[in-house]
Amino acid sequence: MNYSKQIFVALAFLALAVFPSMSGQYGLDLATKIMVFAIFALSLELLVGTTGLVCFGQAAFLGIGAYSAVLLSPSDQAGSVLWLLPAAMLLAGGYALAVGALSLRTKGVYFIMVTLAFAQMAYYVVHDTPLGGGTDGIYLLMKPGVGDWLDLEQPLVLYRFTLACLLATFAFLALLGRSRFGRALAGIRVNEQRMRATGFSTYPYKLAAFVISGALAGLAGFLFAVKDGFVNPELMSWHVSGEVLIIVILGGLGHLRGALIGAFAFALLQEFFKSEAIFGEFAKHWHLGLGFTIIASVALLPRGLVGVPGQIAARLRGAALGAPADAGPAGGNHGGH
Amino acid sequence: MADTDILLRGKNISRRWGGLLALNDVSIDVARGTVHAVIGTNGAGKSTLVNILSGEIPSSAGSVELLGQDVTHWTQPRRARAGLGRSYQRNTIYPSFTVLENCRLAAQAAAQKPWAFWQDARRCAVSSAAAMASAERAGLADVLEREAGLLSHGQKRQLEIAMCLATAPQVLLLDEPLAGMGAEETERMLALLESLKATHAILLIEHDMDAVFRVADSITVMVNGGVIATGSPDFVRNSAEVRVAYLGEH
Amino acid sequence: MDLTTFLIQCLNSLQYGLLLFLVASGLTLIFGIMGVINLAHGSFYMVGAYLAFSLAPVVGATIGGGFFATLLVGVVLAVLFGYFLEWAFFSFLYEREHLQQVLMTYGLILVFEEVRSLLVGDDVHGVAPPDLLNGSIALGDMMTYPVYRLFISGVCLALALGMYFVFTRTRLGMMIRAGSTNREMVQSLGIDVKFLYRVVFAAGVAIAVLAGMVAAPVSSVYPGMGSTVLIICFVVVVIGGIGSIRGALFASLLIGFVDTFGKVMLPSAAGVLVYVLMALILLWKPDGLFKAG
Repeated sequence: MNYSKQIFVALAFLALAVFPSMSGQYGLDLATKIMVFAIFALSLELLVGTTGLVCFGQAAFLGIGAYSAVLLSPSDQAGSVLWLLPAAMLLAGGYALAVGALSLRTKGVYFIMVTLAFAQMAYYVVHDTPLGGGTDGIYLLMKPGVGDWLDLEQPLVLYRFTLACLLATFAFLALLGRSRFGRALAGIRVNEQRMRATGFSTYPYKLAAFVISGALAGLAGFLFAVKDGFVNPELMSWHVSGEVLIIVILGGLGHLRGALIGAFAFALLQEFFKSEAIFGEFAKHWHLGLGFTIIASVALLPRGLVGVPGQIAARLRGAALGAPADAGPAGGNHGGH
Repeated sequence: MADTDILLRGKNISRRWGGLLALNDVSIDVARGTVHAVIGTNGAGKSTLVNILSGEIPSSAGSVELLGQDVTHWTQPRRARAGLGRSYQRNTIYPSFTVLENCRLAAQAAAQKPWAFWQDARRCAVSSAAAMASAERAGLADVLEREAGLLSHGQKRQLEIAMCLATAPQVLLLDEPLAGMGAEETERMLALLESLKATHAILLIEHDMDAVFRVADSITVMVNGGVIATGSPDFVRNSAEVRVAYLGEH
Repeated sequence: MDLTTFLIQCLNSLQYGLLLFLVASGLTLIFGIMGVINLAHGSFYMVGAYLAFSLAPVVGATIGGGFFATLLVGVVLAVLFGYFLEWAFFSFLYEREHLQQVLMTYGLILVFEEVRSLLVGDDVHGVAPPDLLNGSIALGDMMTYPVYRLFISGVCLALALGMYFVFTRTRLGMMIRAGSTNREMVQSLGIDVKFLYRVVFAAGVAIAVLAGMVAAPVSSVYPGMGSTVLIICFVVVVIGGIGSIRGALFASLLIGFVDTFGKVMLPSAAGVLVYVLMALILLWKPDGLFKAG
């Protein structure tokens, strides 16, 4: 049996575990940020890749998790992760419940637009009202911890904690993917009508996926706030929603490791285009390179980076046989991660 | 025929789309142990009727009874769970899953345990057993592990039926199961239908007249949204209205 | 609120709503007819505004024209640009899934924003209305109202009527409506669907650009204006129903009134009000208020 996927994932986590011993401060910080984005991407993968729900408002849940972490932290001492983290996830999941209950009544393009609009609503709440400290944002003066043994103030501890969260999220979604619930979501993605004809009430399934996804995005938001020690409304901007959607597509839909690969690739792409060493003066216009990359990757890599080995193999096979390259079977592996 | 044997009943069903009357006062009974075929030209309203009976679309007037209960306002999933199975004219199988997984997922509808997220679905005894049974019943025992998208057309139609059977429904709504099949595959499918007849109530939409007259116990003929004849195959074959309107005789 | 203020806000609502309609109608048309969801549509509006700012001195220097000449030149450029863009980029999006369209047009937004940044910079600009339309006019003996805002409403109304006329009374409009409901049939009738799409797309772009140009003196010219208008247009389309011009008009006016009066009566909640409205309508009608038509 082919265990290449599992080996890849195991190696990736192993590499992440030993990375701190080789990296400097900047590398550690970057890697932590990438891992947080990977958790964020995993949350969206559950919706888009597994269930086929294209949500363009994931940033709202990220932001709610982040703002919860800051607003619920006591101002005079370090808060406790034990209650702050679940609270952040609960609040984010709660908003997801409200948004999902309404949005899931719509389908297709409407759903995309509606999720975007609801995210904008959350954005305006923190942007315009004193609740979120307005455009200036709010500072997290003391990073939370647990007693003496978990102090997230220290970068290395935060890195390990984030890695643990990433591992837990990945494992949870992997289990979910092969469970009855996950198989039902996969069926809904392929043909929701057929699932209904068979006897599945699909709305509760989709809503549950939406809430879980929101809560996981809230987890990412919590980590984001703790890492930066600062939140501002731009965290909820629709550009963030767009970026995480791109990460998931770039990595490869329908595969959990796609979210990991996408997060790393996207972060590296950003660093590349922002690099003044390579682009000099032009580096401040890095959105241009990013925009072209997005267009190119969607056009040329239909199955994302995850599908690249398959595409190469198909081309080689085609070249060897003298037949046109075949795109291979449709995506959506059984329990693939 | 005792009323308790009528498992599916549509009473005076009408359906309007804006100004267009797609179905006009259609009534139909399907009894246990029988095949009731619905035939008619394209656009006669056959698919609309099946969609209303299965719950996919609501009727503008009339009622639907399933196993003696009024299900007119029930959603499709609820009717399916109550014992109404449906197959589609165009394949609705899941191409990237294996044959067994297609059936297992369908069977899962009767054994949903969404909260048990740590359990591997493939190890679910109830749905796996039901899947094996329905796949074998439909004649797919030797291709269980094949990817459904790679099956032949006839096998895909068989899988379509197998998924329909996976939840052990009592009533089957089969929409053109023979579509696109060659002679040998048709024979196999007809044999399957004959074997299913004994234990189910089957509503069959079909264009293949030979097949219909072979396997059906009663036939309803529809034209332009209305019923022009309903009765035994002999009655329909000899009916003047049917001859003129549908079988093309003058 | 006294009567004068109320009437003024009504006129403001009308003006804003009609402007929104202009931009949203292009979005809903392009989606309804070509099945493409175009996130970059808001960028056309932004381009229009920046054109109004940067083109005016050029037009003044070369052909000696003023505001109206700039508008004309802008529209011509927009049509050419839209035609080219459809040929070079959008024609490849028709057969793709919505998700891919969303992402590719999102990438396009980034490109447009940066090109604008390179060409014109990121500063916020004001654009003065032409002298002819500057100043206020007396309405009755109670109040005065800026002439230019009436001009905006007038232009939008004229365009709206023009679109209605083209759709319902001309052959082109008939072909467009046919193409939106049954693409294959229109093609088999020998009508060049590719050309039709290109025309529709160019028109959609030109209308959005014109809206931006006309709105510039009132809304000022700033980098984020494309995104802002895009998302509101999404709300218009969701409320009004995709593909429905009538729905877009009704929804635009509704949002115009809710947003304008909201800003006056509940300033801190104003930004959220429109989305609350959308949520309520969705509760009632998940497919929007009007079906495509």
